[in-house]
Amino acid sequence: MKEDTRKAPRVGLFVTCLVDLFRPTVGFAAVKLMEEAGCAVEVPMAQTCCGQPAYNSGDRADAAAIARQVIEAFEDYDYVVAPSGSCAGMLKKHYPALLRGGAWESRAEAFSGKVHELVGFLVDVLGVTAVPAAHRGSVTYHDSCSGLRELNIQAQPRRLLATVEGLDLKEMENADVCCGFGGTFCVKYPDISNKIVEEKTACIAAAGAETLLAGDLGCLMNMAGKLHRQGSAIKVRHVAEILAGMDDTPAIGGGGR
Amino acid sequence: MEVSSPQFKQKSRKALADEQLQRAMGKAKAGFIGKRRKAVDALPEFEALRSSARAIKDHTLAHLDLYLEAYERKVIASGGRVHWAETAEDACQAVLDICRAVGARTVTKGKSMITEEIALNDFLEKNDIRPVETDLGEYIIQLRGEHPSHIIGPALHLNKEQVEEDFRRVHDKLPAGRDLSQPESLLGEAREILRPQYFAADVGITGANFLVAETGTSIIVTNEGNGDLTQTLPRVHIVVASIEKVVPTLEDASQILRVLARSATGQDTSVYTTLSTGPRRPGDPDGPEEYHVVLLDNGRSSMLGTEFHEMLRCIRCGACMNHCPVYHAVGGHAYGWVYPGPMGAVLTPSLVGVEKSGHLPNASTFCGRCESVCPMQIPLPRMMRHWREREFERGLNPATQRFGLGLWAFFARRPRLYRLATSLTIPALSGLGRRTGWFRSLPLAGGWTRHHDLPAPEARTFMQQWRDRDTRKQEGGVA
Repeated sequence: MKEDTRKAPRVGLFVTCLVDLFRPTVGFAAVKLMEEAGCAVEVPMAQTCCGQPAYNSGDRADAAAIARQVIEAFEDYDYVVAPSGSCAGMLKKHYPALLRGGAWESRAEAFSGKVHELVGFLVDVLGVTAVPAAHRGSVTYHDSCSGLRELNIQAQPRRLLATVEGLDLKEMENADVCCGFGGTFCVKYPDISNKIVEEKTACIAAAGAETLLAGDLGCLMNMAGKLHRQGSAIKVRHVAEILAGMDDTPAIGGGGR
Repeated sequence: MEVSSPQFKQKSRKALADEQLQRAMGKAKAGFIGKRRKAVDALPEFEALRSSARAIKDHTLAHLDLYLEAYERKVIASGGRVHWAETAEDACQAVLDICRAVGARTVTKGKSMITEEIALNDFLEKNDIRPVETDLGEYIIQLRGEHPSHIIGPALHLNKEQVEEDFRRVHDKLPAGRDLSQPESLLGEAREILRPQYFAADVGITGANFLVAETGTSIIVTNEGNGDLTQTLPRVHIVVASIEKVVPTLEDASQILRVLARSATGQDTSVYTTLSTGPRRPGDPDGPEEYHVVLLDNGRSSMLGTEFHEMLRCIRCGACMNHCPVYHAVGGHAYGWVYPGPMGAVLTPSLVGVEKSGHLPNASTFCGRCESVCPMQIPLPRMMRHWREREFERGLNPATQRFGLGLWAFFARRPRLYRLATSLTIPALSGLGRRTGWFRSLPLAGGWTRHHDLPAPEARTFMQQWRDRDTRKQEGGVA
């Protein structure tokens, strides 16, 4: 067998804390998608969280310390990819702002150029146009805010979902409106967050799809948690699971494996 | 106006339970968003206009002193007077002095947020001068003793049935059997009531959307025509405006006008765009005999050069609140001061102090929709975050929050310890939730489980499982 002369791009997977703790399936789906697209995926052990809880709570010192830690662990990879628009946006857009004017400024800038959200990476960087997955059933897709507005993730997931055999995408109304999660917002202002997620679950239900998809686990847990409390039978999954053909695992809240 | 922003949580809970408010907000939301979208889609150069509008304001703010002085010279040259007011009290006093000098008993008012900011109506009433609001929305909330809940739709929180009730209560000389079921009939009645007031008033007070340095002109944009009557019919016209309203030229004002109405109401342009330059000149058929401008700072100059500088680009279109999920949920009154929504969440702490308004920049999901529609490209979420930083530095956020955050940060900054802690707790939590896959309640997660169930973690952490996979791979490689 001939050696492939083109070297596989080395990708550092930024797992994200929620995927690490609550839904490892998403991490494995991300690995599968990128390996199938020809990447060598590695997972640096020196990662915890992107630092958003500190950054968005006004704690710049801790956020900057975490940013330096992440940059140090990931800057040698060709690409840094996260299965989350929110965390990828933090790494790409906010680390340079956080470390501006110091010794880390140029490292943060160089690092930022390598960071991508998973589905955007597959489509825009690797040029993936179709996935060899199948899913019998209807889905609806929620655009998570940071991915949408910081990284322009909107067409890419839909483009790949359209190539999943048997999948029927039923768009919901107001797919691009916030689900009310907002990180610490949902615990600091639970009643307002609840009102916003109720509007969202009404749109989800009206779409009439069997499964809800999105690209951010925070939003997914928020919407899944509300749908379950409302007694809805709609299943909730990260979009990467469907794209990777991993719909045989239980949906979010479907019990341990 | 008293700042009641510290009660944001209580007020928002009340708002969430207020069915009338929720009905009104539902209607308003759909209207504003759809109309703006349509107007923006119809104008291919809209994005380019946003950038040029922003550049005009950036340039003006960088030379604000120069343009303000140039503006003053032109106002004086056209026969008007400029009164510089550093504080709200100074501005109120300046207005009162002018009113007293002409013996005014009644003043009519065009819609103006700046006079809300300085609480001018209360001040005038205390000094035996009767202010009459002439904008329909402002007129309604004046009848109700309320404050505006939206910067361009003061009565946005109300439904027409509530207005009908108010009109029947206050306009008690009119026949009881009259039909007030339609918005048009309400408008017609308000117009009948207000018409004589314009003639009775000695002074007319308006705000300004722009002050033009080139010509000394103040510009207002309105839809009802009440602003024109307010400033043309009485003997004296007073413009109350804050310093950041100045733009260099008429051409600059026209550029910004092209994004203003589209962003606000989705109109190509407002029904009336009225330019006022000085008092009536000899030979003019109408216009006031005196023309005064009260130029208010009230804390704005101290925002210049800070991380809140860009907020001074705001043209008060309301697009940020029209697209804000938090504003939609609780309405404007919950914010507890004059300016609600995202622009209020940045501006209020700047003007009244973050110690009184700390909830406002925190009550945002950072969804970023406000910034994406802001015609002046103001980075509202970023500035809300800056307020959170100021609060954190000063130790203003609650102790429990700081403790939780500190504990989390301690682990997040120590990956090995974090790995160890999560590899013990996550499988345990997963085991606890295994039966149904969900938690209906969980210690320390009350904020979440009040309204949602929490999905149980799948099993072991990703990192634990990844290590196993790596080990298997290596063993496989050896064999």
